[in-house]
Amino acid sequence: MKKEFDLTSHVLVPKHILMNKKEVEELLEKYKITLNELPRISLKDPVVAKLNASLDDVVKIIRSSSTSGESEFYRRVVK
Amino acid sequence: MTTDYLFKKIDKIRFGVISHKMIKKMASAKIVTPELYDKEGYPVDGGLMDTRLGVIDPGLKCKTCGSKLKECIGHFGYIELARPVIHVKFVKIILDLLRCTCQECGKILLPDEYIKKHMKKFSSIEKRKGQKFKRVKVKELIVKLKTINKCPHCKAKLSKIKIEKPYTFYQGDKRLNPIEIRTRLEKIPDEDCRLFGLNPEVVRPEWMILTLMAIPPVTMRPSITLESGERSEDDLTHKLGDVVRINQRLFENINAGAPEIIIEDLWDLLQYHITTFFDNNIAQLPPARHRSGQPLKTITERIKSKEGRIRHNLAGKRTNFSSRTVISPDSMLALDEVGIPKEVAMKLTIPERITEWNFEYLKKYVENGPKKYPGANYIIRPDGKKKKITDETKEQLLEELQPGYYVERQLLDGDVAIFNRQPSLHRMSMMCHRIKVLPYLTFRLNPAVCAPYNADFDGDEMNLHIPQTEEARAEAEILMQVQTQLISPRYGLGIIACNQDAISGNFILTKELKLSREDAIQLLASIGIEDFTNFSNSDIVEGKDVFSFVIPKDFNFKGKTRAGEEVVIEKGKLKKGFMDSANLGSGSGLLIRNLHKNYGSAMTIDILGKLFRLGIKVLLKYGFSTGLADTDLPEESRDKIKEILSNSEVKVDSLIQSYVKNELNALPGRTVRETLELRILETLNKARNECGRIVFKTLDKNSHTLIMANSGARGNIINLAQMASCVGQQALRGERIERGYKDRTLSCFKQDALGSEAHGFIGRGFKQGLKPHEFFFMAMTGRDSLMDTALRTPKSGYLYRRLANSMQDLKVEYDYTVRNASKKIVQFTYGDDGLDVSRTEGGNINIKKIIQSVL
Repeated sequence: MKKEFDLTSHVLVPKHILMNKKEVEELLEKYKITLNELPRISLKDPVVAKLNASLDDVVKIIRSSSTSGESEFYRRVVK
Repeated sequence: MTTDYLFKKIDKIRFGVISHKMIKKMASAKIVTPELYDKEGYPVDGGLMDTRLGVIDPGLKCKTCGSKLKECIGHFGYIELARPVIHVKFVKIILDLLRCTCQECGKILLPDEYIKKHMKKFSSIEKRKGQKFKRVKVKELIVKLKTINKCPHCKAKLSKIKIEKPYTFYQGDKRLNPIEIRTRLEKIPDEDCRLFGLNPEVVRPEWMILTLMAIPPVTMRPSITLESGERSEDDLTHKLGDVVRINQRLFENINAGAPEIIIEDLWDLLQYHITTFFDNNIAQLPPARHRSGQPLKTITERIKSKEGRIRHNLAGKRTNFSSRTVISPDSMLALDEVGIPKEVAMKLTIPERITEWNFEYLKKYVENGPKKYPGANYIIRPDGKKKKITDETKEQLLEELQPGYYVERQLLDGDVAIFNRQPSLHRMSMMCHRIKVLPYLTFRLNPAVCAPYNADFDGDEMNLHIPQTEEARAEAEILMQVQTQLISPRYGLGIIACNQDAISGNFILTKELKLSREDAIQLLASIGIEDFTNFSNSDIVEGKDVFSFVIPKDFNFKGKTRAGEEVVIEKGKLKKGFMDSANLGSGSGLLIRNLHKNYGSAMTIDILGKLFRLGIKVLLKYGFSTGLADTDLPEESRDKIKEILSNSEVKVDSLIQSYVKNELNALPGRTVRETLELRILETLNKARNECGRIVFKTLDKNSHTLIMANSGARGNIINLAQMASCVGQQALRGERIERGYKDRTLSCFKQDALGSEAHGFIGRGFKQGLKPHEFFFMAMTGRDSLMDTALRTPKSGYLYRRLANSMQDLKVEYDYTVRNASKKIVQFTYGDDGLDVSRTEGGNINIKKIIQSVL
């Protein structure tokens, strides 16, 4: 049996975190937006699939940035 | 005018094919004769210029709507075709329909159960990919089910439908004429049309065969009256004339019972004329031509392509109050000025409203008229009527003039203009300048603003626009003035800065010059400084002090030169170091960046202008010229270079030897041959660089050529080395030259020669001159790079355009998020750090400096 590759361990895959309801509310309040204004990510995205997310969840993505060291990004899970 | 508009929202637009019933319904005249005008020159009734189709002559009235010229928008007519004709634009879909339906019963060649079963699939394809794909799918299915040979409904045996382009159909070997095709199409049931993506309410297949033809109104094909009084008709009218004429002949022949062959021939001719009426650019058809031989411009040509109605007339943009001419430099202009020719200033105008207070001032211009500068070209009455000022009308207009009138006066010094050079790739490509009216016929600009426009003076032309309203002028001045564009939003450093002579001049001045007090004052006076109250009293003035006199008295600055030496300015005095491109040049000038930060844009631009002129004036006064003699090397360094080159030659030979003997170790991921090439390239480049170093070391630092290279004004060490000692390896696509003859580059080398000389290394300088083969190798790389730039420019230009267009509605909101036009978030913090690059120093914030300045 071939050993399955854990893609989240790859250097080029940034950290994805599923946000809970409270965090999402705070995020939407912070930017004064609805879920609609968030960037999207597919439910079938390999990392999202691993996170066990459902539709309209929000994923927080932390990635390294050349200008600010680390930056946060948020995406809404869509079909 | 009423203000109670009815607002309606367009929900959807439905396209269909026009039916013969509809053609008849909307037509206001039946056209029966190809004649246009009678003996008196009036339009013939039932002719193509029938007054029921609209009017194009002044004085006549439209018989349909009763309006005069320009009021009547025109009305359609129709002709009854003697025999039906295929519309070329529908040939493709007609072919599909014929192939996919039964020749006997007209039903689609799919069994009913099958359609029912797959209805859902079809509609989902339609929703996702559109009707075209649904049609393709239906076609594929029919081929797959092999119902193509036998109808699943009436079991009729079917023969193959072929098409001979552009519009002749065959069933088996028998030709189908349009009448037969039409009856076939009529048989197709409505439900089956839907499967093809045709809504039978608006598109019945048989409507694609014309039995009536709509005649466009005369207003869309007006005739022109030539100077000789002769009439010249529009291309469409010509074409319609042909159609009507042949149609009449066909009618006559049919009625007279002419033989079938003649009728068929005329029918084909009618088909040809109607086809070219719609599209005169069909591959298999000879285009219809004028008597002069030039092809007619019919309906498709009118709409299509860059010169067509859509891209040229609807999406095209034109502008008034603008001017274009060649540019030339004038460093005595301020940076935010633009010199315009008097001739241009007298043509372009600015409207100014007359009030009680400026009445006398504007009257003066009207008195001068259009021919005496500064004058005025037009006046505009309060009712909007525009009157040209001429010698005849001047007296009368002057009397009429009163507050409320507008005077379109000619341009004056100090008016604002928007100056632009294409390609307008960034916002600095259009800047607002103050006008300065000058003699001669070119636009003049300060060479310091060449960088943002990317302009030079080898024949470049630029455009000038004059804002016409107070609002436009205010907006231009606030947003677009040269001052506001000093710092590039791309990298946060000055983009408008010193260049070329201005840099080398300041370099010489601050590095070594000593001037007499008189000279110094003259120099400073010549760049526009008038106040010498605090100027040094000693007889000999240091160049540094002259430079310092231009910058503000309380300016402090610490920086580095290109070479890394320290530059210190304390209290407006240059204490240490000298000026070069690192501090003055565009894209690097930290000095200018700091001036801008401390004193604001207006002052910076003034200082920059003065520094620029100072540099040039220094060179003007002390002379500056460059020559080949500057690159002369002494005997001893020439020997040294010779040695380096022969050493590298030996090294290359030994590499080749070891390769031939198969002793060379391959680098990881490379073949042995590639390794050899890399090693040779490395050795030769090293040799070239070493030569450059020796050249640089031995050449006279005070020679003007070296001053240019050292100050960063123009040229670099490699350029010098290429002139003095060694041009170096010529490379094609990153490799040594390999192309040419079989196994060798040129016929003067041995086959399979691997040596440096045989593959384009030039171990000689331009000054010594090149050997023929070296010259040839250079020409190869020269041509290659020329082609490369010529091909790359439009490609990268288009790439840039696509990027710019896709990002044009992105905007940084007040919460630092980047959002698009529908306010969706694209980035949560602009650039991840929320920094406005144009407020930084080269992308960084100097926190230390901020803290120091606060304490």
